[in-house]
Amino acid sequence: MTARPNEPERYYNYAYLDEQTKRMIRRAILKALAIPGYQAPFGSREMPVPYGWGTGGIQLTAAIIGPDDVYKCIDQGADDTTNAVSIRRFFAQVADVATTEDTGEATIIQTRHRIPEKGLTEGQVLIFQVPQPEPLRGLEARETETRAMHAYEEYGLQYVSLYESVSTHGYIASTVGYPTMIEERYLMSPSPIPKFDNPKMGDNPAILLFGAGREKRIYAVPPYTNVRSLDFEDHPFETQTWEEDCALCGATESYLDEVVLDDSGDRMFVCSDSNFCADRRAAGHAGPMAGHQLAALDKEPA
Amino acid sequence: MSAVLDLAAIAPAFPDPTRGSQAVFRKVMEAMARPGVIHDLGFAPDAPQGLDRAAGAIALTLFDFETQVWLDPALRGGTAEGWIRFHCGAPLTADPMAAAFALITELGSAPELTAFNMGDAKYPDRSTTLVIQLPALEGGAPVVLTGPGIKTEMALALAGLPDGFWAQVQANHEQFQFGLDFIFVAGDRVTALPRSTRVTIKGD
Repeated sequence: MTARPNEPERYYNYAYLDEQTKRMIRRAILKALAIPGYQAPFGSREMPVPYGWGTGGIQLTAAIIGPDDVYKCIDQGADDTTNAVSIRRFFAQVADVATTEDTGEATIIQTRHRIPEKGLTEGQVLIFQVPQPEPLRGLEARETETRAMHAYEEYGLQYVSLYESVSTHGYIASTVGYPTMIEERYLMSPSPIPKFDNPKMGDNPAILLFGAGREKRIYAVPPYTNVRSLDFEDHPFETQTWEEDCALCGATESYLDEVVLDDSGDRMFVCSDSNFCADRRAAGHAGPMAGHQLAALDKEPA
Repeated sequence: MSAVLDLAAIAPAFPDPTRGSQAVFRKVMEAMARPGVIHDLGFAPDAPQGLDRAAGAIALTLFDFETQVWLDPALRGGTAEGWIRFHCGAPLTADPMAAAFALITELGSAPELTAFNMGDAKYPDRSTTLVIQLPALEGGAPVVLTGPGIKTEMALALAGLPDGFWAQVQANHEQFQFGLDFIFVAGDRVTALPRSTRVTIKGD
């Protein structure tokens, strides 16, 4: 954990956003928590990063973060990717907040496209960066229509889409952004997390908040909420599995990224969650390629 | 409403509005995410006469020029109204259907819950949030809460509720996705009850 000294003179308000914007976002968060899975509109602001770089997640973080928080930011599970490092430094600078790569130590975790492997706890808030909050958008382009479909719980089209996938491929081919049903009422996009992470959303002790900056929507899954991944009786929901173990730490039950090593087709599979993998290696676990130079990349350069 | 405010009579709000409102919001967010859990807002500034500290803190944190606020008759025209107008800049409304927030200190004489805005089928978030001030958040007749945010079940025993109030809350839940959301305050303490929570009255 790295603490930041308080900077008495700053060019921006604490946590970047002005107070009225924070109030507006806070009100949307409360309504989103009260109606799990419902997409609450909010007045998304221009942020100092482009759309697609986490403007929704950044605005959610800015609205809730305080100097006592410990902030972690991951991109595809990794703490050391460009986007994650930039956003983490941004909040260290504008919010005087301590930052960490340790999942257990963080009070706010902002994430792009993964849920950490380590189980979350009460008191933690997981903030998802969402490119497209509308699970039905690929099936129906008009917002007026999809909003009516949610209002009247008209989700037949989604099941038709899954059925078409079964009839084409023999199985439900969707692997990211796999649609979920929240408390058997609202169809919700889990953001493009792999379906591997879908089961972690239900009955999670932490608060899950979702922010879509360009699309101007906030939604939420409160702790201990029923989250069901859509499926059919004869085609039940399944998560991905790998024949390989993590090459660095030997983990058998984590989400693995495939890394191409050279032009002759050599490759390795490593944990996408860099903190999880580093913790396991520190605890003495080793995979078949332990000691590979990639293992040295999990610490942010000074 | 058009009377000139006597600035000398208006008590101060948060000494540091940024940190103060952030700390209050995190408690309120936790309360809304975990219905029935009671949180302490003792760090907030004193509220004007008629309002408890927690009620004042919530007003300062959530009300502004974008939110129409309905005040119950006991608060209208008093120091609390002037304090909210000055610090929040919130427009006051006499129409409960137009209110984003309702601040209620005398629940017994408040309108039926159905008088407030239940939201729209497409935009259920446009419903009224009721901030209800009670004598205490414990010691009343207990009810059992279940639903999102609650692991198994949660007991809540709010004091000073009028007869039939829980039946109205149950009817509110039955209409999900429509519905009101409740924030209960007493003294320094706060708890919340979103529309998603099922309430079971003991003995039912």
